[in-house]
Amino acid sequence: MSTTDAALPPFTEIVARHGATVWRVCRAVVGADAADDAWSETFLAALRAYPDLPPTTNLEAWLVTVAHRRAVDVVRRERRTVPAGTDPSDLAAPARHDAPDPAVRAADTEVWTRVAALPERQRLALAYHHLGGLTYVEVAALVGGTSDAVRRAAADGLATLRRTYGSEEIA
Amino acid sequence: MTTTDIPRALAEGPSPARLGALTDALAARAEADDLLDVAVRTVESPVGELLLAATPVGLVRVAFAAEGHDAVLDDLARRVSPRVLRAPARLDRVARELDEYFDGHRTHFDVALDRRLSSGFRLAVLTHLSDVPYGRTESYAEVAAALDNPKAVRAVGSACATNPIPVVVPCHRVLRSDGSLGGYLGGLEAKTTLLRLEGAAA
Repeated sequence: MSTTDAALPPFTEIVARHGATVWRVCRAVVGADAADDAWSETFLAALRAYPDLPPTTNLEAWLVTVAHRRAVDVVRRERRTVPAGTDPSDLAAPARHDAPDPAVRAADTEVWTRVAALPERQRLALAYHHLGGLTYVEVAALVGGTSDAVRRAAADGLATLRRTYGSEEIA
Repeated sequence: MTTTDIPRALAEGPSPARLGALTDALAARAEADDLLDVAVRTVESPVGELLLAATPVGLVRVAFAAEGHDAVLDDLARRVSPRVLRAPARLDRVARELDEYFDGHRTHFDVALDRRLSSGFRLAVLTHLSDVPYGRTESYAEVAAALDNPKAVRAVGSACATNPIPVVVPCHRVLRSDGSLGGYLGGLEAKTTLLRLEGAAA
């Protein structure tokens, strides 16, 4: 416990400040169905480790790394319940339940199908860099490979999503 | 964060309701796993919004809005544990008893206290205050005398002024010898409100 000014903020503040970002990352990595579960596992693990953290830690980046490890666990657990013969080739099978507007829902369903179909490294690079705010170097440290490879994976993944989804969305 | 150039569906966050439900569920699991070192919630009261904080031992802090609730949370994170979470369940009983007190239906709080934020003479003063009955008052000098330390009038004053558990530990029942209010960390208006509620002052 530190008595200096550089103290850890109360954990409730961390949840309020970074909860939404962590959830976006979880959903991109494990899919909408498992996102809540991955979010809960992430924050519970973070809460357990929190008091021992150096107060200067970049908390959002730390949470994204915790989310990565928890997401891997969540997916492993789900795979155990996957019937034999199906292909658990990588993390996730994103699905979506809660888009209100039917026109938007069609486009979103499409993008989530595309996200699910991305190679795992592309999806992780996209999630951790573009949604989680990690640098390419930090993502590389987390998932392996070089930062250049991570940069390419993120760009390729984004290009794939844009090809089918982007024109009306980004214009 | 770079979210401007990615498909909207990915950048979209959870609804506030969903995030709220997840946060509540997290607090419940933290409690079950013995990770909820400090549970906090707020309650409305006639003396303004009160922040309540409890450890597994008991009620550790009651704070007036004037103290700045964010500053109080920071202080709890530093002095007790950074594992501070909004978790109403642990504080349900305190909140209910406070409601009853402010409605005039309760004259004594029956909740466990965690007095770790006080020590030494201040702790002795605050422990004594729990024995000053509802509707009665003592002077700073009387409290000092009761603790066999009649010269420590100022120290009694500062113990009251830094009471971590006001209202429940009734430092508002301590006045100056001439009957004037003295100070109060919730403001003199709050002190008057509490004393009038208890029928102890003009």
